[in-house]
Formats: sequence, C-alpha cells, structure tokens
Amino acid sequence: MSRDILFEIEAVDRTYVDANDNMVEALKNINLSINKGEFISIIGPSGCGKTTLLRLLAGLDVPESGKIRLSGEEIGGPDPTRGYVFQQSSLFPWLTVEKNIASGLMARGVYKQRKDEIAGYIKLIGLNGFEKTYPHQISGGMAQRVAIARALINHPVALLMDEPMGALDAFTRADLQDKLLELWRENDTTMILVTHDVDEALYLSDRVVIMSPRPGRISEVLNISLSRPRQRSSADFTALRNSILEKLHLVSEIQQPEYTI
Amino acid sequence: MSILKQRAIRLANSSYVQKDALPSRFKPGRQGGNYTPAIASYIGLSAISLSGFFIALLVNLFFRQTAEADINTYPLGSSISLTADEAYRFVLAVLILIYGVAAVYSFWREERRKQFLSRVPFRFVIGLALSLWDILGTKLLLLPQPFFPGPSRIIESFLMEGDYILQNTLYSLRLFTVGFTLGVAFGVGTGILIGWFPKIYYWVYPVLKITGVIPAVAWMPFALTLLPTPFWAAAFLIVICAWFPVAFLTAQGIASTPKINFEVAQTLGAKTPYLVLHVAIPHAMPQIFTGISSANGFAFTTLVMSEMLGQPGGLGYYINASKVWSAYYKVFAAIIVMAVLFSAIMKVIGAIQSRVLRWQRGLVK
Repeated sequence: MSRDILFEIEAVDRTYVDANDNMVEALKNINLSINKGEFISIIGPSGCGKTTLLRLLAGLDVPESGKIRLSGEEIGGPDPTRGYVFQQSSLFPWLTVEKNIASGLMARGVYKQRKDEIAGYIKLIGLNGFEKTYPHQISGGMAQRVAIARALINHPVALLMDEPMGALDAFTRADLQDKLLELWRENDTTMILVTHDVDEALYLSDRVVIMSPRPGRISEVLNISLSRPRQRSSADFTALRNSILEKLHLVSEIQQPEYTI
Repeated sequence: MSILKQRAIRLANSSYVQKDALPSRFKPGRQGGNYTPAIASYIGLSAISLSGFFIALLVNLFFRQTAEADINTYPLGSSISLTADEAYRFVLAVLILIYGVAAVYSFWREERRKQFLSRVPFRFVIGLALSLWDILGTKLLLLPQPFFPGPSRIIESFLMEGDYILQNTLYSLRLFTVGFTLGVAFGVGTGILIGWFPKIYYWVYPVLKITGVIPAVAWMPFALTLLPTPFWAAAFLIVICAWFPVAFLTAQGIASTPKINFEVAQTLGAKTPYLVLHVAIPHAMPQIFTGISSANGFAFTTLVMSEMLGQPGGLGYYINASKVWSAYYKVFAAIIVMAVLFSAIMKVIGAIQSRVLRWQRGLVK
C-alpha cells in the first residue's frame, strides 16, 4: 500500500487509577500507523484499551508518554476533523434529528453558511420524514445513523467509532454496516472502528488490529485482502474468522460471552 | 401445581399487565378514560353537568328568605341596577352558559368529549354545594356570621367596590410580576455560575443552602429599612424567595450534565460558550422549570404575607383592611380573586414549560 499515512501512534503509554485505587496499564507501548482513506478495525477483549486508544486519537484523552501525530502534527484536544461516534446513543435529547445533525455545524459556528447541506445528510442516512422527531422517538439504529451523520457533516478526515453497533440487533447491525461502507466509499473518510465483533471487523475492514489486555497492547495487525463486497458465508471469510478467533484464544474458550460469533 | 405449569400460566397472562397490579387511576373505567359514551348519553350527561348550577339558581330564586337581610341595590352603569342575589344568579347563569358552550364545543371531538365528561360529577356536586351554602349562609343564616357569609354576600363585595378590588389585584399582579421575573432571572443566572464554576460553587453554594431555607418574609424589617419604597421592599422579598429554588435546581441541573454530552460537543468543535448555552443549559432546563414551579408557590405566599405586613395596596392589604371592619365577605372575595389569579399565572407558566420542554413529551410521564 502506497497511501499516505494519516495517524502515527508512537510508543504511547496510558495508565489510569481504577475505582479500587489500582494502577491499570490501559495502553503500553502502542505503535501504529493508520493510512489515509483506509478502513481499520481495532478488536480485542474488554479491558484491552481499545476505547482508550480511540479516545486518544480523538483528543478526548492525553497519552502519558509517546506521541500521536495527525498528518505529521501532534494532536491537541478534540477537533471536528476527527469525528467521533460514541458507543451509547449520544444524541442531544432536546434537539430533533435535524437539529442534532445541525449541531455539528452550530458547534463550530458555521450553521448559517452550510445549513443547506443538512437535508443531504438526512437523505444519506435514509431518515427522510424523521427530521422533526426527537431522539427518544426513533430506534437505536436510527439514532446511531444520526450520530454518524452529525460527525460526517463536519467533513472529518477520520471517523472514529467506538462500538457504534454494539447495542443493536443483528438485522439493524448488518444494515448499518452496509450503510457505513457506502458512506466510506462516497466520502473517502478514514474509518477507525473499535468493535468486539469479529464478523463486523472482517466484513468492513482493510486491516484488523488485534489487541490483548493487561497491559493493553497490539498483538497483531492483519491485512484483510478479501475482495469487496464480502460474503460472510464464503470459505475465505470463514477461514479468516476462525483464525482471528483462534488468535483471540477464543476457539477453545467458547463460554466467553464477550464476542459475537 | 408444578413450577412449569405455573410458568406457562404466567407467560400466557404476560401479554398485558394484570389489572389488579395497577393503581386505580390507571384502571379502565369512567375516570380511566377508556369509556366512550354514545351521543345520546353525552347530551344527557352534559345536562346533568349543568343541572347542578341550575339547581343553585332555582334555590336562590325560590327558596324563601327567612333570615333578615338588608337588600341593597347597586347601580351598574346608568340604566341597570342589581341586588346581590341578582348578581349571584347572574354569575350562575354565566357559569351555565360557559359550560354549555364548552359542552357543545367538546361535542365534535372524542377526546374533548371524554375530557368534558370526566368532570360531570364534580360540576354537579359543586352546584349542589352552592345551593346548600346559599340556604345555610343566606336564606336561613344558620352559619355563624359574619365569618361565613353566603355566596351572594361575597359577590356583593364586587358590586360594592369592584373597582377597588381590581386596583388591589393589579397592584398584586405588578408586585408579583416584578419580583418573580427578577427572582427567576437572578436564580437562573447564579445557578448557571454555581453549576459551571467550581470556585463559585465552593463559595456561593453553602451560602445559598443556608440562607435559602429562611422564609423570605423574615428579611422584611431589613427590606423596609434598606429599600426606598414599600413596593421595592416587597419585590425584594419575592426576588429572594424565588431566587433560592431556581438557583439551587439550576445549579444541580448544570452540574449533572453527563460528561458524554460535553465530549460529543467537543468532538464537533464546540468551545466553552457552546457547551454552556447549548449543552448544559438545555440539559438543566427540566430542573430549571421544577425550580420555577416551586418558586412560584413561595412567591405567592411571600406576596400575600408582605402585603399584609406593610403595603399600600394589594390583595393581602385588602384582606387586612377588610378584616379590621369584620367584613369577612370581602376577605372571601379577595381569596376568590387570588385563587383565580394564581391559577391563571400557573397556567401561563405551565404553558411556557410544556412549550420549552416539548422534547420530553412521551419521554416523561
């Protein structure tokens, strides 16, 4: 791959103190480069620091040591160039669907100049007719699509997603995955997805980063060269899935409920 | 019975909530609102609704006045003059007319029909109560006088000095509006500062907690000495009593904004002004309104009490002045005006609240 590097993560450590006053090494010596325009997934058991890594990329958290650079420049605080989609529904409950998407523009003070674009994003996520509804009146899948649109309207170079489909049912999830691929293809945005769903990671990503816990570190980075559109039932897909599950020491420990197989 | 069988039965019943488990107001029935009346019964029930007031009117007309009473005639304009009894009957007629119009208006929509009918027994009983009160308080004078005058006697005070009552009502309304608006504005302002800045929280919050529970009228002596006019002294007391609950709950609402809401806004590029104005304040809005409604109640109390303690006008002043002359019917008249005025103010605040918090509709019961 000869594409430009977007994020450079260099020897990043992050420790925090948990509720019982124990030091937890959330991340230890993380090194990773993320290419411009790629779809990369970070996968691993809970407690492996994948969310912490994503928050560092967003600027919502600061590394203890090491550097994170975006296009060569060290990142500061949160910025609309790095859109973020949270795990749980994060829409503002007091704003309608339309206004929630608009809040992406309002927060930066560019609402007046660009409010005409909102309708396009509503269409993009397929929520026509739901403009005036409030978040509690729509389903979880719709809410996550609104959250994605709200982040995308700022034209981010990268969209960071923290298990955005974790709380959704299987059908809605498959649907949203296809929507995500469609958005990725149309916008040329770098997609960084944290997930614990091996299938999801395989279905979507160019590369899969496997992390292991205590301390959180990267154990392997896999290139996924399956041709798109991918078939979940194809032999290659299944073989890859099994090998990843094996790497996660899962095939022998079926009782682990963390993973959706 | 085997456990499996019990489970099967429970499963079979689980499609709806068991009726006995619900508080009675959720049970279907006339009050529960699941009852759709036919048109004929709607007309019948509407007639019953009005008949209470009609009975009260007939009682006033035909029940013999056995007790001695002065019957004064009060001129209204140049050509009409009314006695107290006539004015009372006129009020009853107006009530019948209003509810008659309401019945016809509600007829065309099912939910309005239901709503109208839900109050049928209540209106009917009010009519009967008025009749009984009229008999005991005016016709036979069995109630101890002058403490419990009959309904027509109370209405007489409006005939005697309606202008004066209106004047005092407007004085109260002005005092309330000034004090309450300023109090709410200060309350929201300080609440935001306390909720947002930890330093201000540290210094101001304890003061708020301690001084806030003191009834505002306790400051009356200071207010009267320190402020130029009695009006501003009373307004100051209303400001204080409205300020406390609003500031307290606003601060809580701001401080309890979930971190994720701020993080979302920050990843969208928001800076501090946006975080305060468009994240923290909207999140605090339900609590701000809780503060405003309790401030409303406190403000009414403070208003009337401070008027009784030293104001040149107002409904509280009117009550006090009437009490001196043992004119208890005027006291009742002032109480009725207060009831109407305060309910109207609460209605207005309620309407603003449901407009501002319309996003909560369906989210909160």
